[in-house]
Amino acid sequence: MAAAVSDTRATAQAGAGPAAAPKPRARRRARLRRDRLLLLLAAPGIAVVLLFHYLPLAGNVIAFKDYQPYIGIVDSPWVGFANFSVIWNGDPEFLNALTNTLVISFVQVAFVFPIPIVLALMLNSLLSERLKRLVQSVLYLPHFMSWVVVVAIFQQMLGNAGLFNTFLRTHELGDFNILGNPDLFIPLITAQVIWKDAGWGTIIFLAALSRVDTELYEASAVDGASRMRQLWHVTLPSIRGVVVLLLILKLGDALTVGFEQIILQRDAVGADASEVLDTYVYYNGIIGGDWGVSAAVGLVKGLVGLILVYLANKFAHLLGESGVYQK
Amino acid sequence: MTVLTSRKPVRRNVNGTPPPGLAMRGAKGLILLIACALVVVPFLSVVSTSLADQQQITEAGGYVLWPERPNLDAYRAILAGGVVTRALFVSVGVTLVGTLLSLACTALLAYALSRPGSFAHKPLLMTVLFTLFFTPGIIPMYLLIRSLGLLDSYWSLILPVLVNAFQVLIMRAFFMEIPRELIDAARIDGAGELHILTRIVLPLSKAVLAVIGLFQAVAFWNAFFNAVLYINDTAKWPLQLVLRTYVVDNTSLGVDGTEIAGATLPASQSIQMAILVVSLVPIALVYPFLQRHFAKGLLIGAVKG
Repeated sequence: MAAAVSDTRATAQAGAGPAAAPKPRARRRARLRRDRLLLLLAAPGIAVVLLFHYLPLAGNVIAFKDYQPYIGIVDSPWVGFANFSVIWNGDPEFLNALTNTLVISFVQVAFVFPIPIVLALMLNSLLSERLKRLVQSVLYLPHFMSWVVVVAIFQQMLGNAGLFNTFLRTHELGDFNILGNPDLFIPLITAQVIWKDAGWGTIIFLAALSRVDTELYEASAVDGASRMRQLWHVTLPSIRGVVVLLLILKLGDALTVGFEQIILQRDAVGADASEVLDTYVYYNGIIGGDWGVSAAVGLVKGLVGLILVYLANKFAHLLGESGVYQK
Repeated sequence: MTVLTSRKPVRRNVNGTPPPGLAMRGAKGLILLIACALVVVPFLSVVSTSLADQQQITEAGGYVLWPERPNLDAYRAILAGGVVTRALFVSVGVTLVGTLLSLACTALLAYALSRPGSFAHKPLLMTVLFTLFFTPGIIPMYLLIRSLGLLDSYWSLILPVLVNAFQVLIMRAFFMEIPRELIDAARIDGAGELHILTRIVLPLSKAVLAVIGLFQAVAFWNAFFNAVLYINDTAKWPLQLVLRTYVVDNTSLGVDGTEIAGATLPASQSIQMAILVVSLVPIALVYPFLQRHFAKGLLIGAVKG
């Protein structure tokens, strides 16, 4: 609709000059002249996008080089795929990071993903609108805290001198070391993700639920549907599209798990329990100076992520959902 | 008819479907109450500990839920001009400058992209859109920042996150909703592009500008990892890094004698919690405004559109 309008405008203006229909080239030039101010307005934003989103992609060449910071990217020798050998040959540290990443991703989809849905269904069926608003504003709050704050608060609650252990000690129940325990690391960071984002996650489901036609509830009730059947046949189908969309986004992000969150707590439990692909790249490359290998791992991770989004979207189309982008 | 279309009567009266039982409603209330308590109690404990005196904290063995003799000593100590004060200025500066620049870039770009059929519209839109599907990676990003000479510069905290494709698309969708007739009428009256933008489009988009601006501000304030990567000079650290050092790692920052005014370090429990509270103040200030817009569902509507 908008396109049609502006196209007519384009032809109207371009055609206003010579009587004959203008050539495509002349029309392009006329459009350029007409839109030059628009292009000028776009320039700063486009420049930032090109400089900080596209230009760094070129830096990935060091994945194929033996990069030495003092020689520079251009003069460092090419080494082909040598840097990728940690991936093909299964370097133990890399495998550890990969395994941790996949396990954490899977655990988070299984345990974190359903919680906002359940919360949204509960909020949606509250009788008092005011109570709903109040609960929402409390539960959304942690989303706006930084990871540093969230980790600090968890330390305060669960750390050795924290509220929980203080309570145990005063009741002579002994200590329970949670934060420094490698076996509890994944449950801990999962709990943190739930605490921070489960409330906020309800917002998109609540939006979908609010669009359900209330007449559907009446009609189904007249047909004798119980509350459970209404939930199953009316409420849940209304959020199916959103669920599929979010699962796709999640799948595309399967190799990216809480970077800031993990880096803040890695020292407490050690690399074995906590290293994920992003922290592997950071510690090996920027801290350890193994630039080429880290860039190679980062590059493969990015490509796999891209493929995952593409595949997940294909799958969504097969299911008859619209997914992230249309066909 | 109006009675029938509202939801409450449906639940109660229609044949066969019982209203939710008391047990069911009780269980739901209890779960939501616990969920709220899990959010509220930690914050209460943080604020109380920051206000409590050392004696009570020692007696309690760590943390307190309610200060018996509340005082502001911890706040006086951290705001007296030491590391925390300086970090606070850095964070405020980066957040203000970053948000203003980011909002300007986002709005101008979104406006320029809101005219299908304009010159190079499609390639420009695609250029922005594609950034949603990949991230440049840590190492190439670091190399870029270093070769631009931005290491240890505040610009390294601002420029890389200046334009977010998602926000551009939200704002663009909003601009495109503005009736064409309004803009065409102004054009017939001889208004130029800039005039249309500043007199018609932007005033009509105050709400979306406010929401996106607030989200950007919160993101700048909370940003942590870019500073870890690009800022080595501890004198230039933003508040989140200082918070990490003092509170999460429980160590001190030994920079040129400007420790937290005279306090023995690692900082006392109440000082640590006071730093945490200070870092939360700006969020608490903007939260009511953010909330007003959640209620309208503005953001979600824009995303969906």
